[in-house]
Amino acid sequence: MTQSEPTTTPEPRRRPGYYGDFGGRFVAETLIPALTELERAFEDVVRAPAFQAEWRQLLEHYVGRPTPLTRADRLARAIDPEGRTLGELWLKREDLCHTGAHKINNALGQVLLAKKLGKARIIAETGAGQHGVATATAAAVMGLPCEVYMGAVDVERQAPNVARMEMLGARVIAVESGSRTLKDAMNEALRDWVTNVRTTHYCVGSAAGPHPYPELVKELQRVIGDEAKEQLLARSGSLPDAVVACVGGGSNAIGMFGAFLDEDVRLFGVEAAGEGIATGRHAAAITAGSVGVLHGSRTLILADEDGQIIEAHSISAGLDYPGVGPEHAALKTSGRAEYVVASDREALEAAELVARTEGIIVALETAHAFAALGQIAERVSKEQGRPARLALCLSGRGDKDLATLRRHHESLTRETSA
Amino acid sequence: MTIERIDTCFSKLAAEGKTALIAYLTIGYPSIEESFECALAALEAGADVLELGVPFSDPTADGPVIAAAMYDAIRGGGNLRAALEVARRLRERSDKPMVLFTYYNPVLAFGEEELVAAATAAGLDGILVVDLPPEEGRGFRDAAARAQLAIVPLAAPTTGADREPRILEGARGFVYYVSVTGVTGTGEAPLAEAGRQARALQDRSGLPVVVGFGIDGPTKAREVAAQGARGVVVGTALVRAIGAAAPGERARSVADLIAALRAGLDRRDGVA
Ligand SMILES: Cc1ncc(COP(=O)(O)O)c(C=O)c1O
Repeated sequence: MTQSEPTTTPEPRRRPGYYGDFGGRFVAETLIPALTELERAFEDVVRAPAFQAEWRQLLEHYVGRPTPLTRADRLARAIDPEGRTLGELWLKREDLCHTGAHKINNALGQVLLAKKLGKARIIAETGAGQHGVATATAAAVMGLPCEVYMGAVDVERQAPNVARMEMLGARVIAVESGSRTLKDAMNEALRDWVTNVRTTHYCVGSAAGPHPYPELVKELQRVIGDEAKEQLLARSGSLPDAVVACVGGGSNAIGMFGAFLDEDVRLFGVEAAGEGIATGRHAAAITAGSVGVLHGSRTLILADEDGQIIEAHSISAGLDYPGVGPEHAALKTSGRAEYVVASDREALEAAELVARTEGIIVALETAHAFAALGQIAERVSKEQGRPARLALCLSGRGDKDLATLRRHHESLTRETSA
Repeated sequence: MTIERIDTCFSKLAAEGKTALIAYLTIGYPSIEESFECALAALEAGADVLELGVPFSDPTADGPVIAAAMYDAIRGGGNLRAALEVARRLRERSDKPMVLFTYYNPVLAFGEEELVAAATAAGLDGILVVDLPPEEGRGFRDAAARAQLAIVPLAAPTTGADREPRILEGARGFVYYVSVTGVTGTGEAPLAEAGRQARALQDRSGLPVVVGFGIDGPTKAREVAAQGARGVVVGTALVRAIGAAAPGERARSVADLIAALRAGLDRRDGVA
């Protein structure tokens, strides 16, 4: 009995909060009224012009949007020297957002909403620390106390972000249970929320979790794709053949995909293959997972035959998660989006290459998307009979990963001089 | 038997003027065999209903004590299948109601209809799925209803009047009222208020309502019962007692705590 087999009675389709068979709201009863409140607030407040105007102001004058679109010719030539498979390569520069990643788009929107709902306290989970930093930033600028749950393993490997969160006045709580990574941080945040649900807003960091979070986070991240589409049309005169993004929970990817879903543009998500899919030590819930329920949503997850969640493995803390947002599960199932993988080693090498050719030190999460460009270009160009024109969501900058990148760099130097 | 066994149990207790004592154990903690012994000890010492907790890797509704017990239980081979086997063996020795207490993902992995069939065969009378609100899992509910297996609904302090009919729709057996916004094992549950809410919900629904979360001994159990709740659930305190006892003493420690709770609930004098 595996989890990928369809379950007994199919749930009716097109239910609110569902993407095909994925999504829903699988949480303890205590939280349901809070999710209903949030769902209403999403419709009545977030979608209203007044909120949109205020949030857009913040995005422009605080975050620094619109972020640039950079053409990456040197990298394109390094990946494909003769230009047979990879024609143009465009980078949507979310690394240039205030705090260094796309996460701030979502955090500012949610904290602004929490403030309007009269919530007195903000909590968040974080993996790479980028969402934690973004939430701490949003809470600071809006004057709300903030506590961030972070797996003890991640506290260690993303130390610069722990320092940033504390500098911003947030309390970072190291989670020692389970695999001591993102999944366990989310468990702990849910326990906090169930305890303090009347006063606290839980600022979920990705397009995952129970309804309405996947929809809310997508709405707050779709600015990435909306801007990119406009910039691409203005700069290159047409839409790209495909857009590419790394997938942890899936927020930068769904934000980038959103504007292209109804266009003739292929969508590629890149998951973390860790030490390799065959080793079982990976974080590729879409590529190698099965249907199940994790953190409030029916989606693709890594679980064993008893339904216990399997610990994910990735060098990148932000991708080190055994599930994925439900819309990606639906996009995979319908075939509208395609998902490929990149290993720890490939990501490290890609980060090195991007730094040398484009002068950009990218986050390890983002490096996975770069690592897959070669295979994606090959696939797209083959089917089109001409070099591919790709646009990649450069979701964040790599300052937080310098220690890891440096270690890899040194081991490379040793290998080449040996 | 199934739902009928639960109904008979609560009617009998009501006739005797007694409050149901419901014992929760994480099956597989500290081992599957010891869980069996502890569960049997609980039933023999005066528990009226047994909740068999299925260990899950990510128990977001549980506090640190039960979460840690689940972690150990999984490492010791605990899973849904093992809990069913423990239930089957207990059924050979006891005629009291038994309810499976689980998260949803192990149910999905096992197969929803397969679980309904296996639970019925094992002699279980109901299933409580912590993270399956009434809006979800329709197929599972239908299958359980056909098999006369109670799907025990949860109500919480945040549940408003608007949601109550949805929670009670098709409810059988009993309703589990969560005493506090929080996870299991909290020391700060407003128990008298929870008892009053349970009583009111009982009057509106016509079903027995039991109160759980934060009841760790006879005093708190009596506080809830005094308000007219039909039952109290004790979980974390039992799991903690098992963890604190020496090997070989675990079933005894469960029996002692259950006996104390039973005595506390059955005392007819006033409550402080
Ligand atoms: C820079 C960056 N990119 C991507 C991710 C992955 O998250 P998501 O898939 O939600 O975009 C993270 C998460 O921490 C991140 O920091």
